[in-house]
Amino acid sequence: MSLPKRILKEAERLQVDAPEGSYRILEEYATEMMFKGLKPAQGPDGSPFEKGIFSLELWLPSSYPMEPPRVRFLTKIYHPNIDKLGRICLDILKDKWSPALQIRTVLLSIQALLSAPNPDDPLANDVAEHYKSDEKAAIQVSKEWTHKFAQPA
Amino acid sequence: MSDDSDNYMDAASFEGSDIVEDYQSSNPSEAFSDDDVEIEDNEAFIVNEPVKPKKSKFDVDYKVYDINDIISNQQSETEQVCSIFGLQRQDATILLRHFGWNREKLIERYSEDPERILKQVGLAPGTSASAQSDSRANSPVRLKRVKGFTCEICFTGSEDTSTQTLALACGHRFCSDCWKMHCEEKISGQGESRKIECMQGDCQTVMSEQVISQVVPEYIFQRYQTLANKTYVEDNRRGLRFCPGPDCGNVIECQVRGSDLESLIPIVVCKCGQASCFGCSFSGDHRPALCGVTKLWVKKCEDDSETANWISANTKECPRCHSTIEKNGGCNHMTCRKCRHEWCWICMGDWSAHGTSYYNCNRFEDKSGKDARDGQQKSRVSLERYLHYYNRFSNHEQSARLDQELYAKTERKMDEMQRSTSLTWIEVQFVKKAVETVTKCRMTLKWTYAMAYYLDRNSMTELFEDNQADLEKAVENLSELLEKPLDVETIPELRSQMQNATNYVKSRQNILLEDTLQGHMEDRWSYHITIPSLA
Ligand SMILES: [Zn+2]
Ligand SMILES: [Zn+2]
Ligand SMILES: [Zn+2]
Ligand SMILES: [Zn+2]
Ligand SMILES: [Zn+2]
Ligand SMILES: [Zn+2]
Repeated sequence: MSLPKRILKEAERLQVDAPEGSYRILEEYATEMMFKGLKPAQGPDGSPFEKGIFSLELWLPSSYPMEPPRVRFLTKIYHPNIDKLGRICLDILKDKWSPALQIRTVLLSIQALLSAPNPDDPLANDVAEHYKSDEKAAIQVSKEWTHKFAQPA
Repeated sequence: MSDDSDNYMDAASFEGSDIVEDYQSSNPSEAFSDDDVEIEDNEAFIVNEPVKPKKSKFDVDYKVYDINDIISNQQSETEQVCSIFGLQRQDATILLRHFGWNREKLIERYSEDPERILKQVGLAPGTSASAQSDSRANSPVRLKRVKGFTCEICFTGSEDTSTQTLALACGHRFCSDCWKMHCEEKISGQGESRKIECMQGDCQTVMSEQVISQVVPEYIFQRYQTLANKTYVEDNRRGLRFCPGPDCGNVIECQVRGSDLESLIPIVVCKCGQASCFGCSFSGDHRPALCGVTKLWVKKCEDDSETANWISANTKECPRCHSTIEKNGGCNHMTCRKCRHEWCWICMGDWSAHGTSYYNCNRFEDKSGKDARDGQQKSRVSLERYLHYYNRFSNHEQSARLDQELYAKTERKMDEMQRSTSLTWIEVQFVKKAVETVTKCRMTLKWTYAMAYYLDRNSMTELFEDNQADLEKAVENLSELLEKPLDVETIPELRSQMQNATNYVKSRQNILLEDTLQGHMEDRWSYHITIPSLA
């Protein structure tokens, strides 16, 4: 099965103009498509994730772009909106998804989420609690985790 | 058949409907009608004296709607909103759906600030706030071929091709294939019917039914309408409910308040013949048990019945900590997994006291073992008590099935008899009547056992159980008659026996139901457990 034009086009654009790193299609199945970050996302400057290198997994359901892509962090991260399994709490990945949005937009939103954690809409409850009760200490843990887990291999 | 449909529904909605007869014959108040079987059998001949089933004070008022009624109800509610605000029909539909068909709320909010409400529900063009519904009215949304168009979603189309496209009032134009897939995903994938928005991110312009019908295939659009009807019924949660009958799809309207359910059992019977309870959604007639009692009992049976028998045969409780121990294998030396107590399965005494005679227990008269057995006895009493009621409950359920099977056989026999003898159709109907009566009464009996399980022991309960015993005896009697072989010679005698027995069973059911339901209204029954309220 050849990939739909939409996906080829997006992949093409990401090669030239990816927000953080370049992406290419790694595997291709009849019903599902997998993008895997080759050059992973970089933590935004000024955030506790600065200088971290985070690998993401991006999986496109067969009805993409009518359904949102499924994105997951492969690198461990201490963030109130990202749980132990790397799942991300982001509205555009759920009910706010629109077919006019693109992988590029999703990556930009994830970047923004790293810059501005939102403990009021948590996915990882313990981390969110930590962020709410003692932000300074929580940020410290995030930094430590970034240092420990999010380094280039 | 008589024309007392206005007892339960406004005649208009069923005028000319041939289902009215079936519906009436299964009227829940039939149990209280004192017409005897003889008259009903021959009613076809008594043209001038129609049989009127009485509506008893224990019955609720309700109407049965089919899907067309539901559609026209939505239409007339939409018309009303249109005429009040001079809106277009499709816009009014979108507004009503947004407000969960709460017309009062919609009218109130819309009167306050129409522009804001239009925007909120996705009716104002997303890009320019100035364009209003007038301009929308003038240019209805239509598919349009555009040359040199490239769709921003699928990237198909080029300079020298022309593409079928569509833009909503907001002006966001995409190819028609993308719109189709978008709607299919929402409708078939997510079961959405209330609100399908524009594909542009952040644009909340809603697709009207008319637009959706232009882009999706017929079967998807039908699914959309089915979903929309379902949403309409569910939005009217308090007053409307689907009939639980298999493949029925009819909707029942009834007004009962949660507090009514402490003294009333709102049984409704659909045109398809399915009885159900409007109070607790139970799919059947659970009288005389209250909704709360029914709920408790159903839950208890789900939790216990499957395991109860097994538990009583294969497990015992640890004499020390009372956790349940399963015996596996033949060894009688039990060690409690929880408290590590070691004991003997046979006598329930301490294992240590058995000394070296591991393989045969000879301590049955021992004191410690006897005490343990007594304790076991006590905690088993509650299980046995439950099983007593449960077995009778499920026995009637099974018997009702067997009666039905028996009837299927009898029916074939009756068919034969009609063809080979001089008997007429009317003359063999008495068996059918008898089976119907037995089946209904077994349902009643079933639920008397569920109710009795929760009743306190007092003189009221004794009277209740007397009524129960009388009905049970009458039912078993009639059930026995049903098993008698049918012969042309014996038919006249059997017929009169069975008709008498059927009448007697009906009268016993009347007495039991009337007295018990009256008791609910008078708060005469006391339970040894708090009955949950369904309000
Ligand atoms: Zn398209
Ligand atoms: Zn739009
Ligand atoms: Zn029905
Ligand atoms: Zn009920
Ligand atoms: Zn124990
Ligand atoms: Zn023993």
